[in-house]
Amino acid sequence: MLPNYKTSVKKVDNEDKMSGLAIFTGDIQMDGALFALPVRSTISYGKIKEIHVPTLPEGYYFISAKDIVKENVCNIIVSDWPVFADKETHYKGETMGLIIGPDKDVCIDLVNKTYADYEEYEPVYEMKNSYVHKEFKKGDPSLFNGAAKVYSEEFETGYQEQIYLETQAMLMYLDGDKITVKASMQCPFYIHKAICRTLGCKEDKVRVIQPAVGGAFGGKEHYPSLMAAQLATAIVKIKKPLFMCFDRHEDITFTTKRHPSKTNISAYLDKNNEIIGLKIHVGIDGGAYIGCSMVVLSRALIACTNTYTFANLEVSGDAYCTNKVPSAAYRGFGSPQSIFAIEMFMKHLAGFLRVDALEFRNKYLVKTGDITCTSGVFRDPIILKPLMDKAMEMSDYKRKREEYSKPGSLRGIGISTFLHGCGFTGSGESTIINAQLKIKKDKNGIVTFYTSQVDFGQGNRTTLKRIVVDTLGIPEDHVIYDAPDTDKTLSTGPTAASRTIIIVGGLCAKAAQHLKEIWVDGEEQEIVEPYVGPSYIKWDEDTMQGDAYPGYAWGVNIVEVEVDPVTYELSILGTWSTYDVGHAIDERILVGQADGGLAQALGWAYLENEVAENGVFKQTKMSDYVIPTSLDMPHMETAFIDNPFPYGAFGAKGAGELTFVGGAPALADALEQAIGKKVNKIPATPEFIMELMNDED
Amino acid sequence: MKINFKLNGSNVTVDVVPSKRLLDVLREDLHLTGTKEGCGEGECGACTVLVDNRPINSCIAPIANIANKEVITIEGFRETKAYRVIADAFADMGGSQCGFCTPGMILATYAVLRDNPHPTEEEARIALSGNLCRCTGYQAIVNAVLKASEKGIKL
Ligand code: FES
Ligand code: FES
Repeated sequence: MLPNYKTSVKKVDNEDKMSGLAIFTGDIQMDGALFALPVRSTISYGKIKEIHVPTLPEGYYFISAKDIVKENVCNIIVSDWPVFADKETHYKGETMGLIIGPDKDVCIDLVNKTYADYEEYEPVYEMKNSYVHKEFKKGDPSLFNGAAKVYSEEFETGYQEQIYLETQAMLMYLDGDKITVKASMQCPFYIHKAICRTLGCKEDKVRVIQPAVGGAFGGKEHYPSLMAAQLATAIVKIKKPLFMCFDRHEDITFTTKRHPSKTNISAYLDKNNEIIGLKIHVGIDGGAYIGCSMVVLSRALIACTNTYTFANLEVSGDAYCTNKVPSAAYRGFGSPQSIFAIEMFMKHLAGFLRVDALEFRNKYLVKTGDITCTSGVFRDPIILKPLMDKAMEMSDYKRKREEYSKPGSLRGIGISTFLHGCGFTGSGESTIINAQLKIKKDKNGIVTFYTSQVDFGQGNRTTLKRIVVDTLGIPEDHVIYDAPDTDKTLSTGPTAASRTIIIVGGLCAKAAQHLKEIWVDGEEQEIVEPYVGPSYIKWDEDTMQGDAYPGYAWGVNIVEVEVDPVTYELSILGTWSTYDVGHAIDERILVGQADGGLAQALGWAYLENEVAENGVFKQTKMSDYVIPTSLDMPHMETAFIDNPFPYGAFGAKGAGELTFVGGAPALADALEQAIGKKVNKIPATPEFIMELMNDED
Repeated sequence: MKINFKLNGSNVTVDVVPSKRLLDVLREDLHLTGTKEGCGEGECGACTVLVDNRPINSCIAPIANIANKEVITIEGFRETKAYRVIADAFADMGGSQCGFCTPGMILATYAVLRDNPHPTEEEARIALSGNLCRCTGYQAIVNAVLKASEKGIKL
């Protein structure tokens, strides 16, 4: 019998955050810190012939590729992004160097006076040059040749800006000869590695400490590594504290975003209109450097059949190199793009076949024991039907769907079902990440444990601590759990991929259990607990075959909308969501993830418009890149259905990204009902809705 | 230029250029870092402070316009009874995630409830729409406003 973890506990960081006492990177006051400002390239693609730096006043510096200590590469999954653009620049705004000095205004002036001579090459902005290709099959796609009918469509999704409320910021200083970093970040050990790699220095010469972080969503997974490598290059020369903080304009214009996508799907149907199989191609715009795009592409492809099972599949995808700011991690990591496509496709296919969309989709819904698109197995109990029933009941879906089907209602209600694989792809947790957790107790029975998980709002500092407190059965104030510090913490992996609770939470529970078993009063004891994954997970990244994830979380979103016939503006009237995140730990925290993830997804679906023209984003400020306000968001209702997962902490699975993936297709489904037109593209801005409504076919 | 104003109950004088943003005076000159910068252009409300008891975006307020006025920041407000009621409501309802918008939200909530002690959900949404949050989706924050309104804030 599992304990009742639904109940919520007081968040450990509540008081600091509400009272303004929490110290974010930009709040740290360090005497003598110099400002570091990027000098950026001004062309999209070309050779950098020479950089002209004005005469620098005393105490000011220019740091560039010439100062690189060992390697001019930023350590990301594929390390093709240089620390400083050297011989060439591959996107407009790439950092060629840093101007560093004590007075920010003087630095700004010097940056403005620094320029380069280029030899321009022809830039590419469209998705046509693939730098990562992946493909896999399921069943026997040659059967497609015998199809009676083929139905094809194309889907598009746009960029999305992070708009974590705290912009990118980093402070670096020397503590003796140790480079010490405090930054707005997600993954302290990524930063640590990036510094060691570019400097070629020993691991114990670098220390990364996490202050309070004002939101991240994936946008602080890799970009801070680049900032760190740049500052590290500077600090070995200058030996003074350095501070780099982007204003919002800089953050929007030059940091990583969600990959735009283009997905093509064809269904091969037999003469009874049964689906023989699907051919799917997902293309994502990776920008100038690959970075993590190959993994984003993997996830997009693995998610491309969403909650449906098809016997035969031919799946392929490409990440394209364009001369724009690199795209990178963002909540959902590729899956929201392909799930939007397949959800809309299934619905449109039902329309083409003149059958009820929901019944049609239900026919192909995944069941326990089904083979996944990568020929793994859905092992755990799947409760999609109860999730759907519950969401429909909460929203009065059937009545509203019927009522809004009258032509000209301008209202609609839409539904999506979706899944999210938790943790790193395949056996990555046990082969690449190798999380290790250190837990120790002192003579007085005070227990301290360390993880490298960053709490940037998800509440994991509260939840991970609670897991340890409850497992040990000791009072809360006998357990100390601070923010990560690479000098004290072993790596339990990055804060990404919805792995914190399912993987690290499970590890915390196990380590605490072991400590409890060997507990001797009055003695100092320490345990290092390694992560051991479920042995059945076998995955081949090259062929994309096997079990892609240790477990899946599931959800249903229902969204109700109304369209203004004069302004073509869409308003959201309500959302109702149900989730299977295993056994829910702390429902208040989970509802926060659910509402926040859905709001961000809805923003992406209809409000947040980010368009690049000639390699430059037209939106550069929060006044022209609009995110949802409290008025744009409706009342949201959320419920969880219990379905304990044997490998998570107390049955918990991941929740952080799941809540993002279903919003767009549910909203688009509702919009289709409201206006009686097909929606194959998001964001559904008023201009786009007007176009659709005025379109005669 | 020397500028006097009242800050969290005490008189202060700063000697800065008159165009300096109130936000920067608070954070850089007076070392009060509870007030945050999210956008720097009056869009997000992370920099909300009370000036003569009205919420304003301190990132677009030149310090010259603050002369002889009364400014309350989160550092001052957190000492009040109203803060306790609002902060407890935020804790109960899960109104703070990353916390970057939170000091501004709390001051905005105070302003909402002072003008309209018993708002409907819709009224609360309208009143808070100048304060952006990227984490919560707002439901928890709106719930916190309603909860604080039930308890009532003592003015
Ligand atoms: S920082 Fe002032 S409104 Fe955003
Ligand atoms: S709690 Fe993160 S922006 Fe509001």
